[in-house]
Parts: sequence; structure tokens; C-alpha cells
Amino acid sequence: MSTVRSAETATPPDVLARPAEPHAEQAAGPGVAVAVPPRRGPARAALRLLRSELTLTFRRPRNIAMLIVLAIVPVLIGIVLRVVGGDGEAPSLITQVAGNGLMLTFVALSLLVQLLLPLAVAVVAGDAIAGEASGGTLRYLLTAPAGRTRLLAVKFVNVAIFGLVACMVVALAALVTGFVLFPVGPVTLLSGTTIPLADGLLRVLIVTGYSAAGMAALGAFGLAVSTLTEVPIGAVAATVVAVVFSQVLGVIPQLAPVQPYLLTSWWASFDGALRDPVATDVMTQGLLVFAAYTVVCGSIAWGRFSGRDITS
Amino acid sequence: MTTGEGAHEAAPPRVASRPASPDDCSIVSRGLTKRFRGGQVAVDDLHLAVPRGSVFGFLGPNGSGKTTTIRMLLGLMNPTSGGCEVLGRPMPAGLSAALPKVGALVEGPAFYPYLSGEANLRRYDAADPAADPRTVTSRVGSALDRVGLGAAAGKRYRAYSLGMRQRLAIAATLLGPRELLVLDEPTNGLDPQGTREVRSLIKEIAADGTTVFVSSHLLTEVEQMCTHVGVMRTGRLVAQGPIAELRDGHALRVRVESPQPAQAASVLNQLGLADVRTGVDEVTAELGAVAPERVVAELVGDGVSVRGFAVLRPSLEELFVGLTGEGFDVDG
Repeated sequence: MSTVRSAETATPPDVLARPAEPHAEQAAGPGVAVAVPPRRGPARAALRLLRSELTLTFRRPRNIAMLIVLAIVPVLIGIVLRVVGGDGEAPSLITQVAGNGLMLTFVALSLLVQLLLPLAVAVVAGDAIAGEASGGTLRYLLTAPAGRTRLLAVKFVNVAIFGLVACMVVALAALVTGFVLFPVGPVTLLSGTTIPLADGLLRVLIVTGYSAAGMAALGAFGLAVSTLTEVPIGAVAATVVAVVFSQVLGVIPQLAPVQPYLLTSWWASFDGALRDPVATDVMTQGLLVFAAYTVVCGSIAWGRFSGRDITS
Repeated sequence: MTTGEGAHEAAPPRVASRPASPDDCSIVSRGLTKRFRGGQVAVDDLHLAVPRGSVFGFLGPNGSGKTTTIRMLLGLMNPTSGGCEVLGRPMPAGLSAALPKVGALVEGPAFYPYLSGEANLRRYDAADPAADPRTVTSRVGSALDRVGLGAAAGKRYRAYSLGMRQRLAIAATLLGPRELLVLDEPTNGLDPQGTREVRSLIKEIAADGTTVFVSSHLLTEVEQMCTHVGVMRTGRLVAQGPIAELRDGHALRVRVESPQPAQAASVLNQLGLADVRTGVDEVTAELGAVAPERVVAELVGDGVSVRGFAVLRPSLEELFVGLTGEGFDVDG
């Protein structure tokens, strides 16, 4: 840009001849009907873009289909548990469903958070930038101008909200199914104590929020992958493969030292919410891992996207 | 007017009629260069000056670097060296200040196939932080009406024909008050009627004082609507300036139709006309500084029977072939 600067200073007569305020003339210029755009708050403009993003995400048939599948699975789990009944060999959480329908929520989330929820989040996150690039819409968003950092931030918030909604859909479907198929009452926790139903619902909220935080971290990872390619399906596949690979690493006993660093190890670590009082130590650690993944992946995404040549 | 191969080496091509002051220009580039990773130089030392209020035809065969230039002007690509200014703002640093006043169509339309035309425009409008959401309905409506898509506003983009898609892309450039439109091949995929409509739309927009920078590989299109042209060839700007001047720089020729071509030729030679070529029943020559009416008078005075007489203006196509040394649509 230095050449531009120097050349500009090389034409002093023009500079002197012009009015001091360069926009005064052009605004008053004959026939140029260009109003000075009103200064609107950047936060409001970002919210507007986010709203547009959310509308696209939640109206897209593919995403709606994924949410429907996520709602059906807890119902199926509930029916299976109801039909098979609690046999003593199943894990403790699952046997408890027979005793209290509320427990179905925890069962459903701890099962789905391992693969089906990550899959849905990976689709939305992997598609975020790569999908716009492959469709050519990225160039029009950027010349609008959406701003690269702003667009990336909005995309991340959108993915995080989608993850939250997906977790809520699972929790709600499980809650309704549990209430319909099983007796509901005061909840007996893993620690053996019994809490009132309202308190139990609060625990459901905590677990849902924790799961959503884990999905947001995955969303940041998917978004970073999405900035590396113009092929959305490639970004989605890469994200899912990373999840599966990480889970494989997570079950190999010899790799125990590595496991605390894996994102997948922490997704279902919300047992603490089922104890009395709530055991926050493990969950706090989990949230810190999620935050670390979000920051690192977010930085990679920004570093890659902010200066890149858009050739699509 | 600087033309020819040596232009980029000596001085940057200049707009001769106006001093190339950056303040008078909507787009200025200085030494703009883009070298791709493979080493291919797509744009080489470009010195563009697009005067404010002009309709600037950015000409060149496919693959001559037009779109890469446009991508750099819009901040989608970073130049390898050199720089550019759009509406007085350096790009890409001044992108957020300049681009809300720029409507752009780059490399064809791109929209969300599952959204309607109207929803698509709303989507792009939402991405512009300077756009006022309170007026979005009326702005989208009038942009659609302006390109004749009012009736198809609610139809999904997927169901649009190629021409409708192109129109929608033009509508997207008209969402706000613009000082500059950058249109990359705006008539691609349009039928002759659509092409005419786009051409008159561009003239209309230009009449409002908006600068229009339109790239094309179709000479006739540019010839009919542009006030200025810039000609690209293999990444280099080989000429730029007002279209009339570009024509003036090239010799007018006269054509004399006569059953006595040899006699006519000798008269033209006596008048000092250069490059006299004799054909069957016709003679052509460069007119130079001689007035055409004098040529006719001399011919008749010498008893040459003249059946037809014409002053030939070089078409833009001929000028272009002269500048680039080759025909259109063949560059690699």
C-alpha cells in the first residue's frame, strides 16, 4: 500500500485545490444521490447478521431433518427400556430410568453426546464457511461487506446455538418420553440422596448446558476445518473422522495419559450434576477443556480466514 | 492515450483528456500485481484510473486477468505487490468504509438455492452493516422491480432460469445507494432482449451519477454503453481512456468506389493520403489530415467517376485486434 500513499502525496496541487472535507463535495455533487449511511451500532448490525444466519440454519431442510432424528432417538431409547425393562446387568443410570422417567434425559444425553449430536454439529460447523465458499455466496457476503472477523464470529455463535438447540431437543424429547412411559417423582441421585422433582429438572438444565458447551467446542473445531477447504462435505467428514478417531484413542487403556487432552473424553463427564451437592470439579475441568479448544480452534480459523484469498 | 506493448514499461497509461488525479477517480490502482502460488502472473503492474461518473468498460479476452483484478479491487484477494484505492479508500484496509457504497457482481450470480429471490436479497442485505433494516423491504422490492423480477420475488432461486439468476445478481448490486457498481460480465446468460435491458439499466444508473465499472469480453456490448475503456491482455493493461479518444488515436480511412480504381488511386496519392490500397472497383486509403470533402472534389475534378464514398471509422473490434494483436476469445 506504500505505493498508493506516495503517489497520493505526489499530487499536491489537487489536494490543495480540493475542499478540506472530501465527502462534502461528493455529497453535494450533482445527481449523486448517495446518502451518508447512518451510523448504526456494530452490535445491532452483528445481531442482524446472526438472525439471518439462524434463519438459514433452522429453515434448512437438512438441519431440520437432523433435529427430528435427534428427537426420535430418545423416544426409541425410552420404548426399548420400557419393553426390555430394567435388568440388573445394565449400567446403573439405565436401571434407574425404570424407577424415574427423569433419568431418561441423562441416559439419552450421555449416549447421544458421543456420536449423534457431534455428527449434527459437525455438519453445521463444517458447512459454515466451506459451504458458502462452494456455493459462491461467500464472495457476495464479503463484498456486502460482512467483514471476515465478524462473519467468522457470527458463524461460531450460530453453530454454538445450533448445538444448544440440538441438546435441548434431545433433553426435551427424553423428558417427555420419560414422563409418558415411566413413573415420575422425587429423583434418587447417584450419590444415593433423593431430591425433589423441581430440583431434578434443574439438574437436567445443567447437563444440557454442559453438553451444549462441549458441542460448541466441537463447533469451533469444525469451523476451523471449514476455513481450510471449499468442499463442505470434506470439512464435515474431517470433523466427524476426528471425533471418531479421538474416541478410539479414548478407549485404548495404554493411551490414558493422552485422554485428558481429548475433547471427546469430556463430553459425557456430567455425572457430577447427579450428585448431591453438585460435584463441580470434573465439570469445571471439562468446561476449561472446551474453552481451550474453542480458543485454539477459533484462532486457527481466524488466522486462516482473515487474510486468505477468496477464489471461489 | 498510451497504447501498445511498451505502455507498462515506460509510464502508466493515462487518461489523456483529464489529469489522472486520484481524487477524480472511483478506482485507482498503482502497480497492482497478482502472482499466484504456481508462479503464474495473473495481473501484471496494473495502473488503472476509472474516472468518477464514467461507464468504464474493462475489456479483455477470457483469462486476461479481469476477474482477478476485480477480486483485488473488492478486497477478496490480496495483491502480490502494488495497491488499489476504491472510492478513495485503500483496499483491502478501507474495505468496511468503501464497500457499502459499492455494488458488486463478481463471476456470475451466487445465491442460496432453497431461498426465494427476495429472501436471498435480504440475506445479503443483512451482511452489510451499513444497511438500515427498517427499509429493507422497500429497498429489496425496488431492486427486484428494477430488474424486472418483481413477479418472481417469492419463487425459489432453484427454479430461476439463467437469465433470472443474472438479473437477481444485478438486483443485489442495487440494494443500497451506490457510488460505484462493479459488474463482471453482467450480460452473461441473458437473451438479446435481456442484454438490451441490462444495457439501458446501466445507462440509467450512470445517468444518476454512479460510476459503473463493467468487465466484458463482448466488444459490441462495451461499445454501446461505455464512455471509457481499459483493455487487458494477458494480465497487462494495454490501453485505457475515453472511448472516443481511443478511436481518434486510430486512423480513419476513406473508401472510394469507382470503375477506375487506378486513376482514383493516383488522385489519392497526389493528395498525400497514406497506405493507398487498390482493390476491385474500390480504393481505400488513410485519410490523415485531409478533409473528406476535398477528396471527393479532387476525384470528381480529375474526371474519376465516383460511385460511392465513405469514411471508415475503425470498429472497437479492429482497435482491439490492433492493441492486443489477436482476436477475441482466443487468449489462453
